[in-house]
Amino acid sequence: MSQESAPQGAGADLVLSGLTKRFATFTAVDDLDLRVPQGSFFALLGPSGCGKTTTLRMVAGLEEPTAGTITLGTDDITHLKPYKRPVNTVFQSYALFPHLSIAANVAFGLRRRGRKQVAEDVERMLDLVELTGLADRRPAQLSGGQQQRVALARALINQPRVLLLDEPLGALDLKLRRQMQIELKRIQTEVGLTFVHVTHDQEEAMTMADTVAVMNAGRIEQLGPPEVLYECPATTFVANFLGQSNLVAGRVVGGSGVSGGGDGGDVVLDVHGATVRADRARAVVAQGDVWVGVRPEKVVLAPAGVAPPEPAGNCLRGGVVSDVSFVGVSTQYLVRMPWGQELTAFSQNSGHHERLRTGAAVDLHWSPAHTFCLDASQDAAAGVEPEDR
Amino acid sequence: MAGPLRTAEPSAPPPAPGGRRGGLSGYLLLLPGGVWLALFFVVPTATLVATSLYDPSGSLQLGYRMTGHVQNYADSLQDYAPQLVRSFVYAGTATLACVVLGFPLAYAIAFKAGRWKNLMLVAVIAPFFTSFLVRTLSWQYILGDNEALVSFLRAVRVLGEDGHLLATPFAVVTGLTYNFLPFMVLPLYASLEKIDHRFLEAAADLYSSPFTAFRTVTLPLAMPGLVAGTLLTFIPSAGDYINSELLGNPQTRMVGNEIQDLFAAGDYPTASALSVTLMAAIVLLVFVYVRRSGTEELV
Repeated sequence: MSQESAPQGAGADLVLSGLTKRFATFTAVDDLDLRVPQGSFFALLGPSGCGKTTTLRMVAGLEEPTAGTITLGTDDITHLKPYKRPVNTVFQSYALFPHLSIAANVAFGLRRRGRKQVAEDVERMLDLVELTGLADRRPAQLSGGQQQRVALARALINQPRVLLLDEPLGALDLKLRRQMQIELKRIQTEVGLTFVHVTHDQEEAMTMADTVAVMNAGRIEQLGPPEVLYECPATTFVANFLGQSNLVAGRVVGGSGVSGGGDGGDVVLDVHGATVRADRARAVVAQGDVWVGVRPEKVVLAPAGVAPPEPAGNCLRGGVVSDVSFVGVSTQYLVRMPWGQELTAFSQNSGHHERLRTGAAVDLHWSPAHTFCLDASQDAAAGVEPEDR
Repeated sequence: MAGPLRTAEPSAPPPAPGGRRGGLSGYLLLLPGGVWLALFFVVPTATLVATSLYDPSGSLQLGYRMTGHVQNYADSLQDYAPQLVRSFVYAGTATLACVVLGFPLAYAIAFKAGRWKNLMLVAVIAPFFTSFLVRTLSWQYILGDNEALVSFLRAVRVLGEDGHLLATPFAVVTGLTYNFLPFMVLPLYASLEKIDHRFLEAAADLYSSPFTAFRTVTLPLAMPGLVAGTLLTFIPSAGDYINSELLGNPQTRMVGNEIQDLFAAGDYPTASALSVTLMAAIVLLVFVYVRRSGTEELV
């Protein structure tokens, strides 16, 4: 799929090439190629069962790859025992040693490598994760959020070349999770280590990571900075898994230029009889049948026949509001189109426009710059999470 | 839970309404166990201690007089100190042997047995389906002079020409080890089985080789089981007399044998004094042991 090859000198980049893990009957990770630049905050994002945790465990050495290699800088670590890798993990369940104090937990890695004087480092690390003064407690005496910090400190103190985080915030409640996201980002910036963060929470991935790789069924669907993934999804899976998308069947009727141009002119599309335009740069496919996509918050609803407050460019007419849900900062509308499909539009509750009622006849307006085109052969419902918001 | 809670503190739950009645039903529930304990532990122990202070010149036929005869303890110790010491040496050796044999077994059942786990556990318990006596008697055959084991050991010159196994301290300790091994394996298994595999992954991730991970994570987490197992083997071994009776010789007599003989001979005061001494010694040893192994929460 569309993968950006990371540029510039790769001093101690983590590189996975052709990495494959097959279990008895199914392939968890399928010929994965990935480069994690040194010092970056990298997120592996995907639904459960997509192979992201298996990938992480192979990097940690807890799972033996069926094929492929893992290299760190110039060192091939593919078959190195986990305890010989310069890699540490923050486990999903934290896996803090229950028989040891917090200080002993944090010092564990240093002691195993023969360091005698650890008190100072432990103290500094506990300061970093803001657990000063809890050194003598046992893990069971700490809250979930505190245990999470201990797990982080226990891994960070070893100054690994890569820190692996396996759904580290999964067990925390929403508020604490938000807080820890900011905290983790701060710590990563402070220590400058490479973080590889596995998560199924797209918001978490986008908040923290410099680069997000969206995984699905053992492969990487798309990789890039969060904004790029969000604004220019390359597949229907990414369009649906990262936020929400309206995908409407369309056909390219002009402006495709057949690899000509290069000035980024628009692709002209026919969507159920209406003509809409899409930015050439955002069209993965610019020929034949396509899925025409637009994010719900980019769509402006206006009463039928009325021009929108801001000129948009693209317009689909004949919609009827079928559902209105008020969620505080915004109002979410479902609009039934003449061809039966329901599209979604989010409207900021900025007080500038009136709320529409169920049954109102509306037109959908949005800009060609916000339109993307995807391969029509892909499943338009791929990556839609049932419990999505 | 009807009243308004000022804070969402998850700490102490509010006292249940009618807490007094709740307390009473607690005592009622304790009653059957309490009566049992009083009848079959407190009363016999008191009787035993009382009997140990009787005038030793009495007899079953003539009756005993309570004279507070503390001299019984000194007399019994003077006569039977070697047997008492031997009991603890044999019990200690058997307990050690149980650890050496039982730990790998429990470890294998907990971590390596896979789908054979239940079958192996049943196999550990299976000996209990036959009587203790029969099981011990069968060792007379296994260790007998004319049996395969001794012949083999003589052939490979581990035993001398006329060396034998039966009626030796070795046979007694072997019997004790065999009989009490399940009491070591089961608590150890329970402890090991509870250890989350992820602790070992975390240890590996933190630079521990498998051996180091065993030493620093598995072993400490298995300590409660190890302590429970050693207590469950040591205590009954120290008081045992069947193994010495059936597999030993006059020089391997343990304190249990003497107590049994004294009771049989009708010397109740001395037998009781010896019993109380044994009990006190065991309690003392266990107390020191548990304190030193740092698992007070077990007791």
